[in-house]
Amino acid sequence: MAKPEKIKTPKPGEIASSIDFKSPATDWMDTPTEIKPGNFCWGAKEKDLLTLGLPNPRQWSPLDDDWKLPEGWKSTILDGLSDRLSKYRSFKIFMDICVRCGACADKCHFYIGSGDPKNMPVLRAELIRSVYKKYFTASGKFLGRLAGARELDEDVLKEWWSYFFQCTECRRCSVFCPYGIDQAEVTIIGRELLNLVGLNIDWIAGPAAACYMKGNHLGLEPHAIKGNIESMCDDIEDLTGIRVDPSFNRKGADILFITPSGDLLGDPGIFTNMGYLMLFHELGLNYTWSTYASEGGNFGFFTSNDMAKRLNYKIYAEAKRLGVKWIIGGECGHMWRVLNQYMDTWNGPADFLEVPKSPITGTVFENARSTKMVHITEFTADLIKHGKIKLDPSRNDHLKVTYHDSCNTSRGMGLLEEPRYIIKASCNNFYEMPENTIREKTFCCGSGSGLNASENMEQRMRGGLARANAVKYVQDKHGVNVLANICAVDRAAFPALMDYWCPGVGVYGTHELLANALVMTGEKERVTDLRGDDLPGKEGNE
Amino acid sequence: MDMKLKDLLNEKKSAITKNWFDAIMETYPTDTTGFLKKQKDMFANPVGHVIAEGSERILEALIEGEELTDSLRFLDDIIRVRAVQDFTPSKAMAFIFLIKKSVREELKKEISQNHLYDALLEFESKIDELALFALDIYSKCREQLNELKIDELKRLTFTLLKKANLMYEIPVEEFEHKDLKCNI
Ligand code: SF4
Ligand code: SF4
Repeated sequence: MAKPEKIKTPKPGEIASSIDFKSPATDWMDTPTEIKPGNFCWGAKEKDLLTLGLPNPRQWSPLDDDWKLPEGWKSTILDGLSDRLSKYRSFKIFMDICVRCGACADKCHFYIGSGDPKNMPVLRAELIRSVYKKYFTASGKFLGRLAGARELDEDVLKEWWSYFFQCTECRRCSVFCPYGIDQAEVTIIGRELLNLVGLNIDWIAGPAAACYMKGNHLGLEPHAIKGNIESMCDDIEDLTGIRVDPSFNRKGADILFITPSGDLLGDPGIFTNMGYLMLFHELGLNYTWSTYASEGGNFGFFTSNDMAKRLNYKIYAEAKRLGVKWIIGGECGHMWRVLNQYMDTWNGPADFLEVPKSPITGTVFENARSTKMVHITEFTADLIKHGKIKLDPSRNDHLKVTYHDSCNTSRGMGLLEEPRYIIKASCNNFYEMPENTIREKTFCCGSGSGLNASENMEQRMRGGLARANAVKYVQDKHGVNVLANICAVDRAAFPALMDYWCPGVGVYGTHELLANALVMTGEKERVTDLRGDDLPGKEGNE
Repeated sequence: MDMKLKDLLNEKKSAITKNWFDAIMETYPTDTTGFLKKQKDMFANPVGHVIAEGSERILEALIEGEELTDSLRFLDDIIRVRAVQDFTPSKAMAFIFLIKKSVREELKKEISQNHLYDALLEFESKIDELALFALDIYSKCREQLNELKIDELKRLTFTLLKKANLMYEIPVEEFEHKDLKCNI
């Protein structure tokens, strides 16, 4: 960097003394919440709330003083709270049993990156617990603040909005809580309550509305989905000389395949999608895509239980309509928390489907006996285990890979080994990040649960710092240049995070790495990987 | 730099570093757990780690009179973090000037005993110079945050643009060509 010209600098102390650099020492209840650019996502739009039939649709801005709350909003929230306390036993317990041991306090990536105490999981829960105490416990009613209770007013509501949309529902804190208090569930309920008075964010309500109308978050219509996948097939043909010819909405296929729509549009998700297409073609799998159940993800889940259930309904419905035997789902995070933990009780039992059995290996996926839906990494790992596909990992020799466990698949369903197994079979250079940053203790990308908007970029960058910091460590130590994952939100959000904290690290889906290595029957000699980067030893061959 | 001052700075280096580190930590929201200061694991507490390591290296560079460019990596690391935290630009950058406060507090007696005011002024103008570098880094980080938003949008619309033939990747050779022309 060029040396700056000498200019007259302020006298020593002039600047520092005129700035109050210290933060005010106030109790959290007295520290007002500031809604500042970079730190929040835009409010949900009127049209989307109308589409979804959610309360209080209006144009509003979080930057305005007046959030245009509906008449009687306070009793709406308190009634909503009361409902949920009786409906969800876990929520009631979480409100009552926290002993403030502090074990969770420093485990949240938003707290780690910001130092803001209200981002400590224990305090985030306290935002709602204080109101619970005031209105639903005897001690809070009589002792008020002494018992940690406070009135619900507009400032409190704004504080909820700010901090429940600064929690990615990642559940890292719950891993460390001796009582298993799950702050993600508290946030989920906090958001439900906010939605009762029309306080959602645009980045969630928009995709949810698109999903409700078109079947996927991006609002892709059937011809666009078909067109996008066909153009991927063109690219695959250029690369391998093989024409992949997938079917859409085909009745009588054995398997329905559903992936997050992020894989259908945009870089780098499309490369992962090309990976699925290549693998299924090579296997000769009797499967079909659906242009209606065209979204595995579920932004309804970040809105309310009912909305999530409603958006999820199409998966079984489409499986039934097409008459398939079972379902494979693509690489995604929150999609799997929903499918694995909720789908069955919401919209099941899917007794019209068969227990998933791999037609290639004969393996019965016992874990999916009830849901009938198998994660693609389970399906693929099983193929590799049985030697059913041929892989040439040297084609990934230009890549030094580390793997990010997404919060939902690792903590939400214990999917830890399968992705690693696939990556290690497909790549010769694999390096784990430090132990306290992976597997169940993985750090969130900082953009999950609908927070991957662009207006909150600063928030995302500091929320993702703990993750990026561990990536940077393996980048410095081993020259890692690939962050592999099995999540569409990761694929959308990580490129920015990597560019900011560890430039030079690319973001790859696991099935993209697999497809690079996959030796396909009758393929021509490949000279590049799926992205068009030269394969090792094939530089300049094009 | 004045040898006497340099010796004194070296002698008190760890006290000054600690003083400075603590002062930087006070710019964060009040937090009774003291987490940012106390947690030493670099993965559990990246902010504390970056600031602790960076402040030590920067002070060393200043004392040794190293070319400031050499310590820029550490400066960059700290500023990159502060640029995305909830600070106004002045609050984000004030940490640089806090070195002055720490040096004066830790060496107050020695400086007056040894009449080192001129040497101190000279040392402090190095800090001002560092602040100018810091300002450059800060504004680059902020610019980058805007670029990230644009890049994200481009990635999302990648397939659409490509399909509509609205995107054309300029082959590398053409770039090289252009560069050549500019150079001639
Ligand atoms: S669920 Fe994740 S984001 Fe939310 S408080 Fe816990 S650690 Fe933080
Ligand atoms: S770890 Fe559990 S019990 Fe302890 S403070 Fe956190 S939520 Fe409360």
